[in-house]
Amino acid sequence: MLESADLAAIGLTFKLAITTTMILLMLGTPIAWWLARTRSAWKGVIGTVVALPIVLPPTVLGFYLLLLMGPQGAVGRLTTALGLGVLPFTFSGLVVASVFYSLPFVVQPIQNAFEAIGDRPLEAAATLRASPIDAFFSVALPLARPGYLTALVLGFTHTVGEFGVVLMIGGNIPDRTRVVSVQIYDHVEALEYGQAHGLALGMVVFSFLALLILYTLNPTGRRQR
Amino acid sequence: MTDPFPGLQLSARLSRPDFTLAIDLELPGRGVMALFGPSGSGKTTLLRIVAGLERPTRGHLHVNGELWQESDKGFFLPPHRRSVGYVFQDAALFSHLDVRGNLTYGLRRVPAGGGQVVLDQVVALLGIEPLLSRRPDTLSGGERQRVAIARALAVTPALLLLDEPLAALDLARKREILPYLERLHNELKIPVLYVSHASDEVARLADHLVVMDAGSVVASGSIHEILARVDPPIRLGEESGVVLDAVIGARDDPWHLSRADFVGGSLWMRDHGLPVGRQVRVRILARDVSLALEHHPGTSIQNILPGQVVAVAPDTHPAQVLVRVQVGASPLLARITRRAVANLELVPGKPIWVQVKSVALIE
Repeated sequence: MLESADLAAIGLTFKLAITTTMILLMLGTPIAWWLARTRSAWKGVIGTVVALPIVLPPTVLGFYLLLLMGPQGAVGRLTTALGLGVLPFTFSGLVVASVFYSLPFVVQPIQNAFEAIGDRPLEAAATLRASPIDAFFSVALPLARPGYLTALVLGFTHTVGEFGVVLMIGGNIPDRTRVVSVQIYDHVEALEYGQAHGLALGMVVFSFLALLILYTLNPTGRRQR
Repeated sequence: MTDPFPGLQLSARLSRPDFTLAIDLELPGRGVMALFGPSGSGKTTLLRIVAGLERPTRGHLHVNGELWQESDKGFFLPPHRRSVGYVFQDAALFSHLDVRGNLTYGLRRVPAGGGQVVLDQVVALLGIEPLLSRRPDTLSGGERQRVAIARALAVTPALLLLDEPLAALDLARKREILPYLERLHNELKIPVLYVSHASDEVARLADHLVVMDAGSVVASGSIHEILARVDPPIRLGEESGVVLDAVIGARDDPWHLSRADFVGGSLWMRDHGLPVGRQVRVRILARDVSLALEHHPGTSIQNILPGQVVAVAPDTHPAQVLVRVQVGASPLLARITRRAVANLELVPGKPIWVQVKSVALIE
């Protein structure tokens, strides 16, 4: 029932979601750590910027990213100067856009987990001769594990489900930027409801299983969000 | 005497909107040094400054002949480089590790650590062998606190810092922990800074007492000296009285009594089954001490010691006074009426018989 274009879209979607989630976990950790522990006046502003993609229409986010990364945009000029070309309508462009789009879904659970740990375990680690970096890896990270699991699942599923940003930044290029959500849209536009069903149902089942696993492994996951 | 821990010199200034700390303190750096005072007096902040968890605006700190902080030179030794063991009020065990993991966390990070030998010692000292593979959230409050103390000791610190380790526990749990703290006191040579607001704990454990109030030090001295002051910096009310360190000198088994010998005399008390030669601490409440001009053998009071009046000062109630008497090298405190002082013409220097009605063994 799934044709090869569908399978290509599925493969591309997972590749995008895995890449994005990996980058987000690495990028989100220092941001979440800073947000959880800083007393800086900038905390509110930075926290808001991180949260913006939750409320912004994906088309708005996509539009500005398109302008920024386009040939005339600041980022676009930089990538051109570096010999990377321009990012829109490439897989890399999709990854960059997805990172912004899913950022709050990764940063916020991790930040909440770090905040819930508080100062005390880190102080205890310090009095037990652990340097701040040592304490981060040996105490903060393990204690924040539920937050990481939530961040992993939400970041991944949210990226899998993105549509508006993809259309704005990536268009609809088979094998390069045509992900499942776009493929479903194409099927529906072509009145191929059967194929749309195949993919859409697959998305429902996938999302259900992902969340089920999260809530089973991580009973506090709901509260952490 | 070669003492590996010559002492602790601390001065610290810290200002917060609701709290100011101004401390200049020198401590002997051996035995149990108790920081005593009401909540909000700055005891815990002082402890945190010593550990480096709090950074005072201005301050310097010398421990064990080592410089830990000198704000004038911009020097601050970070907490993980200070040779301390810290026991938090809430134990602060790592919930992602089992008891063994908690114990070895610090041990593994001490470059010249004692390894398995030290671990076995602290596990035995605190009686936590059966708990080693348990998770912290399955432990009782008392067990958690014992593990926390063992974890702090496992890094073989030069200074052990205890922040009200008994405050979060009920009476039964306190009774469970206190013997271990006493073993710490008696068997280990690690100096201890002990924060408490409970006078009975302090009387039981402390060798040196620092009394704090509103961010400054009100008094600092040996426990014997401070508790024997007629103007006590601690208001203990009915509990006013001295503690004496003594040795069980003899036992009178038919009468179930044992004799505690202290510097300057000896006292008979109820036998607690302790062997001759055992170090003990006894407490003599001021209300249990009476004074007489002559030695009266015809009395039920078995402990009558020759002494000398040192000072007389008003007590909290206008009818009463506190009298400090010297018995040998040890001071005692007696609470008697002002009228008795007038009738007996008690003035400093006057020889007197000291009658002790009751002696309590506290350690």
